[in-house]
Amino acid sequence: MANVMKLHINGTVYSVDADPQASLLFVLRDQLDLTGSKYGCGEGQCGACTVLIDGNPRHSCITRVGAVANRKITTIEGIEERGRLHPIQEAFLEEGAMQCAYCTSGMIVTATALLKANPHPTAEQVTEHMQGNVCRCGTQPRIVAAVLRAAAAMHGHAAKEAS
Amino acid sequence: MSDKSTLHTAPPAIEVERYELNEPSQHHFDLQRRDFFKALGAGLLVACVLKDALAFQESGGGRRRGFGEEALPREISAWLHIGENGTVTSYTGKVEIGQNIRTSLSQALAEELRFPIERIELVMGDTKLTPFDMGTFGSRTTPTMNLQLRRVASAARDALVEMAAKQWNANAQQLVAADGKITDPATKRTIEYAELVRGQQLTALIPTEDPLEPATEWKVEGQPISKVNGRDFVTGKHKYPSDQKLPGMLYGKVLRPPSFGATLVAVNAPDATLMSEVTFVHDGDFVGVAGPSEEAATRALKSVRAEWKEQTGQPSSETIYDYLKKNPAQTGGEFGERTSDFELGSMESGMSSADHRLQQTYTVAYIAHTPLEPRAALAQWSGDNLTVWTGTQRPFGVRGQLAQAFHLPEEKVRVLMPDMGSGYGGKHTGECAIEAARLARAANRPVKLIWTREEEFTWAYFRPAGVIDVSAGARNDGTITAWEFHNYNSGGSGIRTMYEVPNQRIVFHPTEYPLRQGSYRALAATANHFARESFMDELAHEVNMDPLAFRMKNLKNERLRAVFEAGAKKFGWGQTKRPGHGFGMGGGFEKGGNVATFAEVAVDRGSGNVQVVRVVSAFECGAIVNPDGLRNQIEGGNIMGMGGALFEAIRFADGKILNPHLAQYRVPRFKDVPQMETVLIDRRDIPSAGAGESPLMGVAPAIGNAIFDATGVRLRSMPMVPNGLKAS
Repeated sequence: MANVMKLHINGTVYSVDADPQASLLFVLRDQLDLTGSKYGCGEGQCGACTVLIDGNPRHSCITRVGAVANRKITTIEGIEERGRLHPIQEAFLEEGAMQCAYCTSGMIVTATALLKANPHPTAEQVTEHMQGNVCRCGTQPRIVAAVLRAAAAMHGHAAKEAS
Repeated sequence: MSDKSTLHTAPPAIEVERYELNEPSQHHFDLQRRDFFKALGAGLLVACVLKDALAFQESGGGRRRGFGEEALPREISAWLHIGENGTVTSYTGKVEIGQNIRTSLSQALAEELRFPIERIELVMGDTKLTPFDMGTFGSRTTPTMNLQLRRVASAARDALVEMAAKQWNANAQQLVAADGKITDPATKRTIEYAELVRGQQLTALIPTEDPLEPATEWKVEGQPISKVNGRDFVTGKHKYPSDQKLPGMLYGKVLRPPSFGATLVAVNAPDATLMSEVTFVHDGDFVGVAGPSEEAATRALKSVRAEWKEQTGQPSSETIYDYLKKNPAQTGGEFGERTSDFELGSMESGMSSADHRLQQTYTVAYIAHTPLEPRAALAQWSGDNLTVWTGTQRPFGVRGQLAQAFHLPEEKVRVLMPDMGSGYGGKHTGECAIEAARLARAANRPVKLIWTREEEFTWAYFRPAGVIDVSAGARNDGTITAWEFHNYNSGGSGIRTMYEVPNQRIVFHPTEYPLRQGSYRALAATANHFARESFMDELAHEVNMDPLAFRMKNLKNERLRAVFEAGAKKFGWGQTKRPGHGFGMGGGFEKGGNVATFAEVAVDRGSGNVQVVRVVSAFECGAIVNPDGLRNQIEGGNIMGMGGALFEAIRFADGKILNPHLAQYRVPRFKDVPQMETVLIDRRDIPSAGAGESPLMGVAPAIGNAIFDATGVRLRSMPMVPNGLKAS
């Protein structure tokens, strides 16, 4: 029962043989060894599996792989550009915005989409946008600080402070 | 309860928290020094051993004999290798679970060895390569392993200096070690460590109490160094236990009983059409499959039909507190000595001399650790040799469990622990490793098993529920005259009061319990501090005193007084509050850490919404090894503590977990997080203690006391506001 489809991931086209109903997360992790996206809950509640589909953050665990063939998929492995860390990745390091870091991939991917849509978010807007991502270690304040720091770095001036 | 055997009582896989202290010391270490150099290449090997073992080895005296001896002593706790290629590799049985000890231990090595931190590699939690270690729990890494690695590194530096002195025919006292080099300031000669050890196979054994750099002289320790391998995490490159992979690997799935205590009556194999692609295992009550993909295994498991005999009459989350009070543990010896029990003076005379008497009961629900990475294991057999990569806080403990399960000597089992997606005390056991290994043996292929979130919520273990009865007497001037404290089931950690009371009775009551329960970050200290510090607030109001002044009147411990004072100052205790807002505090001492937590809450009695607006923590745990890592632990502990304080609770009935999904079990999220400020008190004159646990203790009482301050409603059950706090 071959079901070959083409997946456009991080600028590379992969041919995969998978049931179109299969979870994108498991195809990424098990077939393509893109293990940066994590399984945390399997029901779209924790955000550890977040990837970008045509630039929008989506829970890959509840995304059927058949639904994203021929669409542009970006995983954490595709956030770096030409071997250089993305400013959000840099900011996570600078703020120490992780402990076990299992949530970090999903956090960074989710934040990438925010800064693309809203380059100057307030702390409240970051909080609102990240609400679907769980950090069980409790580094949320550092993650908010990292996203604000990245926004400032990307645009050369400080993001607006929360009123 | 007619049939007590229906409950998970004996023998518990995990003893209520005390197992952390009673774990017997064992040594299973037989590496020969020639094996070492074969594996690591030439260089200098320094090992830290217990003093007695060293004395036994060293018949001829001398501080640092041992160069050239063949067999290494078995009592090695840590070691370090300096290779001729310029790398430094150190080995410890401790594991990295997000507490950032890979970084803090690297700082210890860099400090004493005078070597760049980025060129130090730390091998952790590999039972073949690292010395035996009981496990990573109890906030023991900083007070023990940090010291041992400093000693190893200090001894290595001394050995290198001696080698350079010999080579140059110079006085070792005149030479300087810095940045991976030895320099003779007189001649300006310099030599790299790597150059010194080239072609050598040297072994140095050192006693555990070598002199060390005093904390006041630290250059690398005490600094806010960021996560040493942080780049691997922000790029998604780090391979967690659940990311491990081997050629030809299969994916496992295990059939779970419908309820706790159910026994298997009958089972049929998967559908014939599916059987061709999977391995099916039925061994006793264990039923599982291994297939070429997660989906294939899931599909095959779904077609398995099983009949179970379920047990009835199990307690529920509604009846649990009554159950705990009425069912003392039947197997009295199970918990060993009741070491936390304490009597002082006479409760009767203390109560009779009081002007005010108060009695209250507090309860604490079962909660789940919910590490974001569920249990995961990859098992591989090679003949009778078993290798398992798995997420656990006790790799050597899991090795023992695997050896027992498969009737193997421990030396045939190797457990590796890649830095994992946390544990919080919830991953001390090896059930997932055993299941993966069982499937791998049947399939004759490597098998990976990752528990689903639902499995993790159901088949792991929980922080124990408990009931705490407190009664006390106080005089009009605020002096506490008597203090009685009874904890049922949740545990003895932090059960003793830190306040000065002449008459006390403190008892931990082991009980029967319906859910599998075990260790959890900060153990029962959270429950006991919730009860004690909430009660202190009630007592302060009873005697009409300010809660801070009341505590200070009864508190002598200078370190605790210091954190309460520092926290109160930063928080602005006593300042005017906004309408609907309240202030509260809670604090204590545990595992070498002193904490005082102050909270401001805002309660909307119309919507019932309770928002923690602000938390200030003052913390002191001796000399600070990494201030940024410490702040991270305190902030994280506050947020984790908020979950159990406000809304986390496992609901259960009839042997089933009723909320085994993240959609049903609420954990703290971004919008729950308050503004946080942390005051660190750095006591360089006091040995460093760990800080992964104690910051949690003050959170729940601080919030509860603040809610009372805002509303006049006293909440005595954790979680306090699972459904908000509407005006009734």
